[in-house]
Amino acid sequence: MRGGFYAAVAVRGFRRYATYRTATLAGVFTNTVFGFIIAYSYEALWGQRPHLGGYTEAQALTYVWIGQALLQTMALMAGGFEEELAERIRSGDIAVDLYRPADLQGWWLSADLGRACFHLLGRGVAPMVCGALVFELALPTNPVTWLLFLVSVTLGVVVSFAIRFLVALSSFWLLDGAGVSQVVFLAGLFFSGMLLPLTVFPGWLGVLARALPWSAMLQVPADVLLGRHEGTGALLALAFQAGWAAALLLTGRALQAVAARRVVVQGG
Amino acid sequence: MTVPVSEAATEAVTDTVIELDGVEKVFDVRRKAGPLRRLRTQVRAVDGISFTVPRGEIVGYIGPNGAGKSTTIKMLTGILNPSGGRIRICGLDPTRDRTRLARRIGVVFGQRTTLWWDLPLRDSYELVRRMYRIDDARYAANLAACVELLDLGPLLEVPVRQLSLGQRMRGDIAAALLHDPEVLYLDEPTIGLDVISKTRVRDFLRRVNAERGTTVLLTTHDLTDIEQLCRRVMVIDHGRLMYDGDLGGLHAVGDSERTLVADFARELPPVEIEGARCVKVDGPRQWLAFPAQASAAPLVAAVAAHYPLVDLSVREPAIEDVIARMYGEDADRT
Repeated sequence: MRGGFYAAVAVRGFRRYATYRTATLAGVFTNTVFGFIIAYSYEALWGQRPHLGGYTEAQALTYVWIGQALLQTMALMAGGFEEELAERIRSGDIAVDLYRPADLQGWWLSADLGRACFHLLGRGVAPMVCGALVFELALPTNPVTWLLFLVSVTLGVVVSFAIRFLVALSSFWLLDGAGVSQVVFLAGLFFSGMLLPLTVFPGWLGVLARALPWSAMLQVPADVLLGRHEGTGALLALAFQAGWAAALLLTGRALQAVAARRVVVQGG
Repeated sequence: MTVPVSEAATEAVTDTVIELDGVEKVFDVRRKAGPLRRLRTQVRAVDGISFTVPRGEIVGYIGPNGAGKSTTIKMLTGILNPSGGRIRICGLDPTRDRTRLARRIGVVFGQRTTLWWDLPLRDSYELVRRMYRIDDARYAANLAACVELLDLGPLLEVPVRQLSLGQRMRGDIAAALLHDPEVLYLDEPTIGLDVISKTRVRDFLRRVNAERGTTVLLTTHDLTDIEQLCRRVMVIDHGRLMYDGDLGGLHAVGDSERTLVADFARELPPVEIEGARCVKVDGPRQWLAFPAQASAAPLVAAVAAHYPLVDLSVREPAIEDVIARMYGEDADRT
């Protein structure tokens, strides 16, 4: 029975998003359209500058479709749990959650993992298949690479969760957390590599972008799937993600402890 | 009520379930005192409260808004650390053993829900079952009892967001009882409910208390809740315990009055009757105040005998009024 609660929460997180079929279809359509637009732009770009960022044209196009598959999975455009949690903090309902015999962070993490799992299957697979039908993609045939990719995606989701958990907790101090979340999401779009692969950026900007946690959400999983890490390189890439996940989760726990003391002042 | 043997054995057998000794809570509040200057002031939300509650008692915990009721309940659940004093619930220190204690207490907040907003009621209960690790037989029995007594049968498959306030409240109370808590904290459980829902909730609480011996601490602004459920009342104001005793005593101390609202067949001059005084006249309707301890029956009989009475109702004094009279201060504080 141990862990049963968190598993049940994850299953509900999955089902909750699975109920909105029309929204899922609309999302798949949008992802596919965007995928085509960006793929044609990349085709033009890599036509002019072959091997830009160290990618062949096929790899660059694959990168595009991985991006579209992971866009919603990593909640890069929001749409995860964070608004709900922020609202519970603002309204004071969070007090109810705090006295429960369950861990707040683990609880929301489970729900978000369930959500991400649905988004990967529901929103990720179809655009990727569309892309593969039209373009020549550089997808691996080795099942180990796919397995590493799944591990990498999971770690990426945890990093994404941990960042959004921090954003949501900021509601304890800020009356309106919209500004913080907008800044964080804009940063996420750029630094995850969603606009352009981070390997394209030269000098210190590239080094910085690749070292920040957002790269764990797209750049790292994409490179794992593209087989750009040789041998233990892939494990190092996973360790990089795991390191950020641990650091951000721990920061979230510390902040949660401070925040829990604050909650009670509101609505005394 | 089944307490696991291991837990029962590790703690001394005691009949005192809730124990507070000189409990204080001081908040630091920072206030703007200029463009850059911030003044630090201390607010004593709870200022030295001591009381004990024996197993199986229902106690009313009342006081005006901002008196420190919710702060006390938060300390009793362990989500808030007292600044001073000592708290023991079922022999446990709430802040240190918060998670262990959480399995033995139930909390219902009238204005907040512990249910999952977008899930059917049954799914919420299923999550509660896992969260508290309730074994299957016990879960089935408790759920069946709650469903029957709170009439939840038709609601189990309905998402919580579609429930009315009264339905949701019943759902919340059931959720708080599935794990057989020894202590139940109810923070305004009847707020916003209609008369039928209130009656149903009160009947249920009385039954739970009688059958399972659950200790109940209840905060409310509805005096009828207290009258129908609690023999013992504690009044808190400015973070201090002002009264601890039976309800009758509270009325005697507070010298409070009930109001008979009488509709007459026509407009009349203010009614003069023994044992009551007319406090307001509005057309054919008059408001007659009489002592809260006195029975309304003789008064109603006397009014009906002398005047053309069409309709009547009796209004209970608001707790704020009772307390205000008790300490001779303004009740309009928010």
